[in-house]
Amino acid sequence: MKFSALTLLRQALSGNTGWPEQWRSPEPKASYDAVIVGAGGHGLATAYYMAKEHGMRNIAVVEKGWLGGGNTGRNTTIIRSNYLWEESQGLYEHALKLWEGLSQELNYNVMYSPRGVMMLAHNTHDVQVFKRHVHANRLQGIDNEWLTPEQAKDFCPLLNISKDIRYPIVGAALQRRGGTARHDAVAWGYARGASAMGVDIIQNCEVTGIDRDPSGAVSGLQTSRGPIRTKRVGVVAAGHTSVVMGMAGVRMPLESYPLQALVSEPVKPAMSCVVMSNTIHAYMSQSDKGEMVIGAGTDAYTSYSQTGGLHISSHTLDAICELFPPVRRLRMLRNWGGIVDVTPDRSPIIGKTPVPGLFVNCGWGTGGFKATPGSGNVFAHTVATGEPHPINAGFTLDRFRTGRLIDEAAAAAVAH
Amino acid sequence: MLLIRCPVCEMDRPELEFRYGGEAHVARPLDPSSVSDQDWAEYLYFRSNPRGVHAERWRHTSGCGRFFNAIRHTVTDRILATYKAGEPKPDLATLTGETGR
Ligand SMILES: Cc1cc2nc3c(=O)[nH]c(=O)nc-3n(C[C@H](O)[C@H](O)[C@H](O)COP(=O)(O)OP(=O)(O)OC[C@H]3O[C@@H](n4cnc5c(N)ncnc54)[C@H](O)[C@@H]3O)c2cc1C
Ligand SMILES: [Zn+2]
Repeated sequence: MKFSALTLLRQALSGNTGWPEQWRSPEPKASYDAVIVGAGGHGLATAYYMAKEHGMRNIAVVEKGWLGGGNTGRNTTIIRSNYLWEESQGLYEHALKLWEGLSQELNYNVMYSPRGVMMLAHNTHDVQVFKRHVHANRLQGIDNEWLTPEQAKDFCPLLNISKDIRYPIVGAALQRRGGTARHDAVAWGYARGASAMGVDIIQNCEVTGIDRDPSGAVSGLQTSRGPIRTKRVGVVAAGHTSVVMGMAGVRMPLESYPLQALVSEPVKPAMSCVVMSNTIHAYMSQSDKGEMVIGAGTDAYTSYSQTGGLHISSHTLDAICELFPPVRRLRMLRNWGGIVDVTPDRSPIIGKTPVPGLFVNCGWGTGGFKATPGSGNVFAHTVATGEPHPINAGFTLDRFRTGRLIDEAAAAAVAH
Repeated sequence: MLLIRCPVCEMDRPELEFRYGGEAHVARPLDPSSVSDQDWAEYLYFRSNPRGVHAERWRHTSGCGRFFNAIRHTVTDRILATYKAGEPKPDLATLTGETGR
């Protein structure tokens, strides 16, 4: 069914009783041309572009829980492309361009809202780092501009730019094309589009083993719903990547950490942009429901607990209350955690592995939602053709051996 | 927040007194120039990152200042044992058996 004003009207008149299911829930077949492990946004986008751009229709996405129930459905949905290194700029800007047309492409409202992402500077180091980013971005034609504290307050009136706070705001970098999108809708839109082209999306199907033939190449998967034969597997399992890759005997340069977010009670529109402070670990925007959406930091230690320490979120609230004084009077409604897979250079790994037929897309850590369409697009190319797309050519697993890191960690010099 | 027993101070103290130090028992190659690039990458970057029992380093920064090791289950975050740096890793089978996990 195509969504349009007319279908909406027709459904409204018939009491919304005629909406069909948006994707099929098939039984797994005995074999597929390729299987994607993990139905988060990245896995579903991968399958969508494999079907759409590479004509692969006999493929499946297998998911141990429910579709979009991992980090895709747990993140604070900040989208931006103002990274430092050219490789990253290429990748994140590719994604940003796809976001701009995604609702039309999928005929599904992903609510992409380019409301501007403002990153606060609190000390000389931040100023130097952000200005370097601004210049590096503008050289590549990516929008990013430097604001004084007064200009920052004009853009976000809730901000406290007093010089008498613990970490005063001394400037900000603003990417106006940055913003947010509706996370669930991204997963649902890609699932619906992929399913319509024949992709099987199989939920409640946990991968428990990766089979290999005598030459060492992938020959199939063991799952909680039985074995599946396939010669091509793309692992897109975020925080559980080390576990899944371990099934093929591949060790990864990853560590998994809990990352938390929380939302306040809903209030009337008070904030029309996204504000981030990497230095004091505070991220905030307002959802369309009116909740203040707040991102916190990671725990200090690796964990798969899917919760985080309370002191981590209360530390973030300290910063939020100082930066946005009116928020002090809000009650927090819910908090939760997701498990993020972090690489040593804070850049993703998208490409081949030492095992023939096994591909991996991981290491998005605390910031991969923004890349969802671009990541799926280039990984689809990689799995379908067996070779990376020029945009992800640098994001190899092998870069940790050669030393050609894409060091966004050092570029930001703080967790982000 | 974790409650961690420092094996040097022999006291249970809150996590905030400690600094996490990553996976334990990752030995620096004695002669770095003789190891292959792959082995050096393994030492620097590759980690076991298990969903289960993990041996890890902690440092009691706001206490005795010493590094020590802990065995923690990464799903429950429960610490099964702590021991001084240099001591061998405790037998995981007995530890996990004892706690019924
Ligand atoms: C609190 C929080 C806030 C964040 N904020 C932002 C932000 O503001 N902006 C941003 O860009 N990014 C943000 N991120 C990061 C972002 O959420 C992730 O990088 C991104 O969503 C990863 O998408 P994915 O599809 O790779 O992973 P997921 O959505 O986690 O999908 C992986 C899927 O694999 C499945 N899986 C795992 N093991 C198996 C198995 N054995 N068999 C079958 N399936 C399996 C999982 O169940 C899961 O559904 C945040 C993350 C968190 C946790
Ligand atoms: Zn001590």
